[in-house]
Amino acid sequence: MSGEAAAGHGHAAHGEWECEPTPFKASWPKVMMWWFLIGDAVLFGSLLVAYGFNRVAAPAWLPQDKVFSMNFITVMTFTLITSSATMATAVAASRAGDRKNACLFTMLTAVGGIAFLGMQVYEWWHMIGHHGARLTVGPKLEGFPDVPAFSAYFFMITGFHGSHVLSGVFILLYTGFNALRGRNGPEGVELAGLYWHFVDLVWVFVFGTYYLI
Amino acid sequence: MALTHSHGTDAAHGHDHPSGFWSKYIFSFDHKVIGVQYLILACIMGLIGAGLSVWFRTQLAWPGKAGMSPENYVMAVTMHGTIMIFFVVSLSLSSGLGNFCIPLQIGARDMAYPLLNMLSFWTIVPGAAIMVASFFVEGGGAAGGWTSYPPLSALPKAAPGSGTGQTLWLLAMAIFVVSFTLGGLNYVATILNLRARGMTLMRMPITIWTYFISAVLGLLSFPALTAAAIMLLLDRHGGTSFFLPSKLILSGQLQTNTGGTPLLFQHLFWFLGHPEVYILVLPAVGIAFDVLAANARRPVMGYKASVFALWAIAFLGMIVWGHHMFISGMNPYLGKYFSISTLIITAPFALLGVCLLGTLWRARIRFNTPMLFALGLISAVGTGGIGGLFLATATADLHFHDTYFVVGHFHLMIGVTSLMGTFAGIYYWFPKMFGRTMNETLGKLHFVGTMVGTFVVFTVQHFQGMGGMTRRYYEYVNEYVKPAAALNPLVTIFAFIAFGSQLIFLVNFFWSMFAGAKASKNPWEATTLEWTAESPAGHGNWNEPPVVRGDPYRYGEGADGKGWKLQTDA
Repeated sequence: MSGEAAAGHGHAAHGEWECEPTPFKASWPKVMMWWFLIGDAVLFGSLLVAYGFNRVAAPAWLPQDKVFSMNFITVMTFTLITSSATMATAVAASRAGDRKNACLFTMLTAVGGIAFLGMQVYEWWHMIGHHGARLTVGPKLEGFPDVPAFSAYFFMITGFHGSHVLSGVFILLYTGFNALRGRNGPEGVELAGLYWHFVDLVWVFVFGTYYLI
Repeated sequence: MALTHSHGTDAAHGHDHPSGFWSKYIFSFDHKVIGVQYLILACIMGLIGAGLSVWFRTQLAWPGKAGMSPENYVMAVTMHGTIMIFFVVSLSLSSGLGNFCIPLQIGARDMAYPLLNMLSFWTIVPGAAIMVASFFVEGGGAAGGWTSYPPLSALPKAAPGSGTGQTLWLLAMAIFVVSFTLGGLNYVATILNLRARGMTLMRMPITIWTYFISAVLGLLSFPALTAAAIMLLLDRHGGTSFFLPSKLILSGQLQTNTGGTPLLFQHLFWFLGHPEVYILVLPAVGIAFDVLAANARRPVMGYKASVFALWAIAFLGMIVWGHHMFISGMNPYLGKYFSISTLIITAPFALLGVCLLGTLWRARIRFNTPMLFALGLISAVGTGGIGGLFLATATADLHFHDTYFVVGHFHLMIGVTSLMGTFAGIYYWFPKMFGRTMNETLGKLHFVGTMVGTFVVFTVQHFQGMGGMTRRYYEYVNEYVKPAAALNPLVTIFAFIAFGSQLIFLVNFFWSMFAGAKASKNPWEATTLEWTAESPAGHGNWNEPPVVRGDPYRYGEGADGKGWKLQTDA
């Protein structure tokens, strides 16, 4: 890390710009990332609370295990959580100065993300093609009424989460390349890791509230 | 810990002070320039937002004489609210003065991430442009109230403003949220990480505490609005029914939507909406503390108690949103909870009020313009707060809800209080911004006009509300409301006075920028860190890193008999 001052404009000759110690000794990019993630958690929290609000008020809801294959969803979840493990390995490798493994495991994480996205696409295809679901039409199930909110919340929440995974994959690819070339220190990999773990954690909540309950 | 910062953009920007016009004044990374840019944008938006109020106040006082249709009226009040809250008060107080004074008061060269800071300003500019452009689309601007409750905002055919105007409103608000979030991240990281040596958390000026708390509140509450906006957009353009109930009839036609509830939007909206009040009020109070201490020549009374009270207000402010919804059909038991939790906020607020007033205890007060505005702020917080007690009580709110009582109350809080704090801050820090002072005579004139104008307008509105005058009415024709509505010409005349005084401010602001009297480094003989920098401070603020050796308000100290000590003095 360079000893350059905050603004970075000049004054370098006057030496380091000493600062008061920071709570938890976190650098400013990490502080920013944490607060961004807290805000993003509130965003997903709001979407999930809205889902709960509507579902409790709904006269009928569809049984998730009849619409989705729960085994398939479990594999999806497992894939994403495994990618968190490879991410942690990448951070550890980057801290140890092992650029090659930092890159390798970051890329493996991205592969996990891409696999998850592929399964997500299959899920959407299954909902739209097989069940005839649309944004405004619920999946058709023998003996159950049409519940449009089931579809609306499905597409909104998984779509919003999926867009986070997608942006995460791009961030991981970028971080992986930079790690190999030594353009970012352990902190760059760690920041990408924070974001990735967050996206995984959100999925656990989506899985728990939308698919299981 | 050595401060670290290494992103490519800065390196590309070079290590010299930027000299070209574009890099110095337009796409500057300097927090002080960005702060002033925000202030100027807020001035422009303020003219539009306040101009709208002049237009609809004319209609209210002399119905039919303002050249305004009922559709124009609801659009004008909607856009007035939106513009004033998000594009005037937020931009001037939070973004403008916040950017300007945070690094200066904590002893940092700049924000943690100057590039992001510049981007958040240049993100808000198209947002403001889109908001203004929405006036000119078919059907006019959004007209569903600044709260944009569905179904009016969710069905494009519900009303003239519910079409393209509402879509642009949502777009502009989304841009605003992005910009404000980026700004908030910068504030939090800067305040936590870039404090100068010796500037411990409990040595920060209260202004900095309030900016920190309001940034935290913004980061925690705006995402709820983002979620609501996503669902509202899907309802508007995707045909979903998140907020639209079954069996809705629009112009005699049964809508196909099923299963949603407008109440959900209200919860999400007010989960942001209420903390937003504190996001806007707290920094104003913080600035008032600084200005009061400097001009009363006394340390802030109860510094620790004030910081505690601010955190208590912030916490309680996050959990009371339902008091905006007492008559919305929400479960009455929830009303009981929201009533009690709201009333509890009175306790930390009273503590804050005691600290504000206690700072003046036995002081030899200097009545300069910033001080007058700080004193006006105390009055506005007190007056507005008393109205809040009635509105917090669910039983009383059944009567007051959606009347001019509410209008008077919230204008005193987020309108007058915030703007008094903003003006106190602008007059106070103007020498640091431009190396010149603002004209005192014009400043005092501005204060008297603002104080008299706004207080007559908004206190009278409390009584009109008690008399049964409801909000968002184009004209009051019912017999029972005539006595209350008869006060409208009076209110309007004083609204004109309040508006006119702001024009005095604008003249003073831009004239003093170039022709004001030259200011010294520390014209107010104040103690906080920003007064150790040059006036105007150069890019990078100080040549040598300042080292803080004491509390922020060291008035009544000093062995050499001058009676005060800078924060950097031993």
